[in-house]
Amino acid sequence: MEAALKKPRWALRAVVAAAAIAGLYAAGLGVQAGFIEYVQRIILLAGINVILAVGLNLINGTTGQFSIGHAGFMAVGAYAAAFTGVHLAPHVASLLGAGSTADAVTFNVALLVGALLAGATGVLVGLPSLRLKGDYLAIVTLGFGEIIRILLNNAQFLGAATGYSGDSAAGLPAYTSFFWVFFWVLVVVALIRNVTFSQTGRSLVAIREDEIAAEAMATPTTRLKVLAFTLSAATAGIAGGLFAHMQSGIRPEDFRFDKSIDMIVMIIVGGLGSISGAALGGIFVAVTLEVMRDLQQYRLVLYALLLIVIMLVRPEGLLGSRELGLALFRRSSKKPGAT
Amino acid sequence: MSEFFQQIINGLSLGSIYALIALGYTMVYGILKLINFAHGEVFMLGAYSGYFLASALGVERYSASGQSFPLGLALVVLLGAMALSALLGVTIEALAYRPVRSAPRLTPLITAIGASLFLQNAAVLLFTPNPRPYPPILREVRFTLGGVIVTNIKLAIFVVAIVLMIGLHQFVQRTWTGRAMRAVSMNMDAARLMGIDVNATIRATFAIGSALAAAGGILFGLDQITINPLMGVLTGLKAFVAAVLGGIGNIPGAVVGGLLIGLAEQLTAGYLSPDYRDAITFLILVVILVLKPEGLLGVVRQEKV
Repeated sequence: MEAALKKPRWALRAVVAAAAIAGLYAAGLGVQAGFIEYVQRIILLAGINVILAVGLNLINGTTGQFSIGHAGFMAVGAYAAAFTGVHLAPHVASLLGAGSTADAVTFNVALLVGALLAGATGVLVGLPSLRLKGDYLAIVTLGFGEIIRILLNNAQFLGAATGYSGDSAAGLPAYTSFFWVFFWVLVVVALIRNVTFSQTGRSLVAIREDEIAAEAMATPTTRLKVLAFTLSAATAGIAGGLFAHMQSGIRPEDFRFDKSIDMIVMIIVGGLGSISGAALGGIFVAVTLEVMRDLQQYRLVLYALLLIVIMLVRPEGLLGSRELGLALFRRSSKKPGAT
Repeated sequence: MSEFFQQIINGLSLGSIYALIALGYTMVYGILKLINFAHGEVFMLGAYSGYFLASALGVERYSASGQSFPLGLALVVLLGAMALSALLGVTIEALAYRPVRSAPRLTPLITAIGASLFLQNAAVLLFTPNPRPYPPILREVRFTLGGVIVTNIKLAIFVVAIVLMIGLHQFVQRTWTGRAMRAVSMNMDAARLMGIDVNATIRATFAIGSALAAAGGILFGLDQITINPLMGVLTGLKAFVAAVLGGIGNIPGAVVGGLLIGLAEQLTAGYLSPDYRDAITFLILVVILVLKPEGLLGVVRQEKV
């Protein structure tokens, strides 16, 4: 496309982004006024799940590797963001004066620190295991999730097994609001979408389809796999930070293996490789978890059966790698990841 | 110094349990290139089968009257649990793995995780999550050798593990089924062309691997005194790391890897901190993946298109 044609598109995008943020703000006020706290909580959790699912889908769906320890990255992000938030808040407040602006700055810096740390952990975990075939990643991430929990259980400055709730008796500040959750949903979805539809995204799909062939075509497979994994870990870190600031405290127990399984159910129900599918899966899990609250002990049995049955009957998930969205209404929709 | 030898003895007995479980992982991976996540649960259910068989054979009556459980009945418990688990392993293969055998690699991996979760949580529902004391199939007798405490249970673990491993080695090297297993693991299509019944061979692999895991489960119960429905998760993971350490797909490698992991774990618990006994396994895994991903005894196999 010519440069002259590009300009108005950027302007259009800026307008769309501004409209989205304004709409989000209004919707946030509406949700706050219109729903009881219980429903608000489910909506927030659904948003966090969307971030988790869309992020995990980049590595498990688009790239065809398999992480089953993403709860570990979520934990890293949650603890890092909570810790940063608690220690940063007084400095920001002394600079900007206590208030909602200071809170927003503290919160977003804390989230970014969580994402960075989770991403860095992702590099550490991904480098050794992603040099090899994908199933090593599964086993390393499984072990990693356990190790993170063991370390957190023993980390005195993070409250060890009782969990971390900051220094004050009130616990962690409740920064997480509808606006910020869905602001980050937009950021993460836009980021992952742009990566998926870019040249890098095509290389990731090539790795999924045939790693040897991709390598023969001079695709730097290890580097791209680590890149996708790092991005995926960082988004899990953001979700962790959002999750931490809607609880009064976080415990190592919040990030058990079950949590990783929840995430896998999200992307498998929606369809491996589909961003909109992952988002739907995230919402599905948030709602079913609440509906099945009284059936807690059956939840994992049902999830396990669901995983097996979907794989046997419809291994591509509900949407497969198709996307729901505006493209459906266009005449020529491009299909990334179509095989 | 006797402290050190004590850790070595404990490490070796724990390690031989890991080795028994690792054999099942390595055999299945060798043939199907699949991490059989449900293997840890077969190990757990093997321990529970032993528990219920021993109760059915009246182990309480013997221990209540102060007698020890007859050795013959203990063997019945062991073999019975192994047979039940073999059946379970074959069933898992038929329901969760065979239908997706020709699907992309990710699909059987997900059904494997599903099978593992299902068995784990079904066990939590059926047996409650509470740990149960393991029945005294063998009554503990302690004796001291130069300051090192050795129990007959630790000795029995060695003996049973070694007998089973030698048996497996003979089976794989000398019988037609064993030869078929080696052929299928080298090249499934070529083996099929040579008239080998690939399905039957895979079934046999699952049966044998699961039986070994059940033996490991009973020995684990005797050694650790209690069992619970989630015991297969971490133990299964460690046994898998043992298989990777020794060289996945390599049977002697699984034994070496199991013993090394057991030793590393006990020495870490004894000399560093018991908190990190589980972490050391993971560290070993990362180190081996970086330095020698084919494992200690494994061979590099060039992947061809």
